[in-house]
Amino acid sequence: MARRAWYWLLALPFIALLDVPIYNRIDPRWDGIPFFYWYQLAWVVLTAALLGIVYLATRERAR
Amino acid sequence: MSLTAAVFVALVLVASALGFTAARRNGGDLRALDEWALGGRRFGTLLSWFLLGGDLYTAYTFVALPALVYGVGALGFFAVPYATIAYPIVFLLLARFWSVAHERGYMTAGDFVRGRYGSRSLEIAIAATGVLAALPYIALQIVGMKAVLAQLGGIFSIGGGAMPLAIAFALLAAYTYIGGLRAPATIAVFKDILIYITIAAAIVIIPHALGGWKSIFAAAGNALASPTHPLPLLVAPQMQFAYATLALGSAFSLFLYPHAITSLLSARSADVVRRNAALLPLYSILLGVIALLGFAALAAGIHAPPNEIVPILFARFFPPWFAGLADATIVIGALVPASIMALGAANLFLRNVVAPLSGRAPSREAGTTKWLTLAFCALSLVLVLSVNVKFAIYFQLLGGAWVLQTAPAIFFGLGGRSLPARALLAGWLAGMLAATSFALFDGFAPNIALHLGSFTLIGFIAIYAVAINLAVALLATLLLRDRAPQREIA
Repeated sequence: MARRAWYWLLALPFIALLDVPIYNRIDPRWDGIPFFYWYQLAWVVLTAALLGIVYLATRERAR
Repeated sequence: MSLTAAVFVALVLVASALGFTAARRNGGDLRALDEWALGGRRFGTLLSWFLLGGDLYTAYTFVALPALVYGVGALGFFAVPYATIAYPIVFLLLARFWSVAHERGYMTAGDFVRGRYGSRSLEIAIAATGVLAALPYIALQIVGMKAVLAQLGGIFSIGGGAMPLAIAFALLAAYTYIGGLRAPATIAVFKDILIYITIAAAIVIIPHALGGWKSIFAAAGNALASPTHPLPLLVAPQMQFAYATLALGSAFSLFLYPHAITSLLSARSADVVRRNAALLPLYSILLGVIALLGFAALAAGIHAPPNEIVPILFARFFPPWFAGLADATIVIGALVPASIMALGAANLFLRNVVAPLSGRAPSREAGTTKWLTLAFCALSLVLVLSVNVKFAIYFQLLGGAWVLQTAPAIFFGLGGRSLPARALLAGWLAGMLAATSFALFDGFAPNIALHLGSFTLIGFIAIYAVAINLAVALLATLLLRDRAPQREIA
C-alpha cells in the first residue's frame, strides 16, 4: 500500500472524537464508568495503536 | 515538620540536585546556544518521551483539570480528546517541521517563518505571539505550586506561600541557567516516574475507598445536577460543538507554544518525533484518570476552592509519607515545564523579536539567552505574587487563542506552496484582534455564542478567531495574486 493511504488511518481519531453526539451517552457502562468516559479513554489507546501501525508501515519508505 | 512535609522537601531537593548535575552529562559546550537551549539536538526516543511528557502535561494541568471537572462536570473532560488528536498532528505535521528545522538549523518557530517567507514582520508577529502566550503559562505553573503549599500549611503557606515559591523559583532559574534544556530533561525522568507512581496509587486507593466508580459517578452526578443542567455527567446538547472545538483548537495550538517546539527540536531525528507521537498518548491516559479525580472529590464531599481539591484528596486518602510524595510530584511537575517555557520564550524573543528589530544577526552563543531566561522566571513570579491569580488564568486562556493564530503561517509553510507573507500577516492581525475582542466581550469565557439568525452555535473563541484569520488570509491572497511568485521551499 502507498504511504499516503496509510496516513488516512489517522483521520479515524478525529472523526471518532470530534463527532460528540455519537458518544455523549451514559450506557453501556463499563465497570460503573459511563460510556462517555470509557469511550474517550479507549480512543486514547486506539489512537496510540494506529500511530504505531502507521509508523511501522511507513518507516522503510521514508527515505 | 510533619512527615508529609519532610518527604515533600526531600524529594524537591533531590529533583533540584538532579537539575544541577545535568550540565555535566552528555558533554557538549554549553556556551553554544544549540547545546544550551536544545541539548545539542541529541535526545533519543526515551529521553524525548520523558521531556515532552514533563513539558506538556504540566502541574497546572494536574491541578486545574480535576478542578474543572469538579466545577462543571463532563465539559471539563475535553482535555482527553484534545490530548489524543494532538498526536496524529505531531506525527503528520510536526515531524515534518522537525526535518525542515534540522536541515536549515532553525531553533524556533520564528526562525522557520523568516527562512520560509523571508518576511521580518511576519517573523516578529509570530514570535511575539509565542512569547506573550508563554508568560502566563509559566505563571500558572506557580498557581499549581501554590495549591500544594496551601495544603501543606504551616511555614509553607505564610504570605500565600511567597517564600517557598521564591526559593523554588530561584533553584529553577539557577539550574536552568547552568544546564539549559538538559536540566529539565534530567528532572523530567524523575518527575515522570513519581507521577506514574502517584496516579497508579490514586486509581487503586481512591475509588476503592469511595465504593467504586459506580457510586463515585452517582454521587458526583447528584452533587452537580442543577435545573439548567440535569445530566452533568454528559455534555449538554447545546455545548457539544463547544466541546469538539475546544478539543480541536487546543490540539492544534499545543505544539505552537515555544516550550513544545523547544522540546520537539531537541529530538535526535524525525523518527524520534514520530515514535513519540505513538508513545506520548500514555500520558493522556493519566490525564483522563486525573480528570476523573474531580468526580472523586465530589463523591468524597470535599468543599474547597477547586484548585485545592487534588492535594486535599491526597491528604485524605494517602498515608502521610505518600501524600508528601504526591505533593512533591505536583511541585516538581511545575518546575520542569516552567524551566522549558522560560528558556523557549527567551530564545524566541531574542532571536526573532530583538534581533530583527535591532538589525543584527541572532547570536550563536548562549550568554544573553541565559540572562533573559532568568528575567522571564522572575517576571512570572512577580505576575503571580503581585497581580491576582485570576488575571494570570484569563491571560493564559487568551494566550491559547492567540497562539492558534500562528497556525496558518507554520502549517501552510510546511507544504510546497503557502500563502504570501503579507496575506498571512493580515490574517494573523485579524485573528488576534478577533480573539482579543471575543475574550473581552465575553468576560474571558473560553466559549462564545455565534448567532446566525435564529440559529445559535456555542464554540471555542480560538476556533472562531482562526476561521476569521484564514478567511482574511485567503482574501488577501486573491488580492495580491498578480504580484511576483513567492519563494519556494527547497
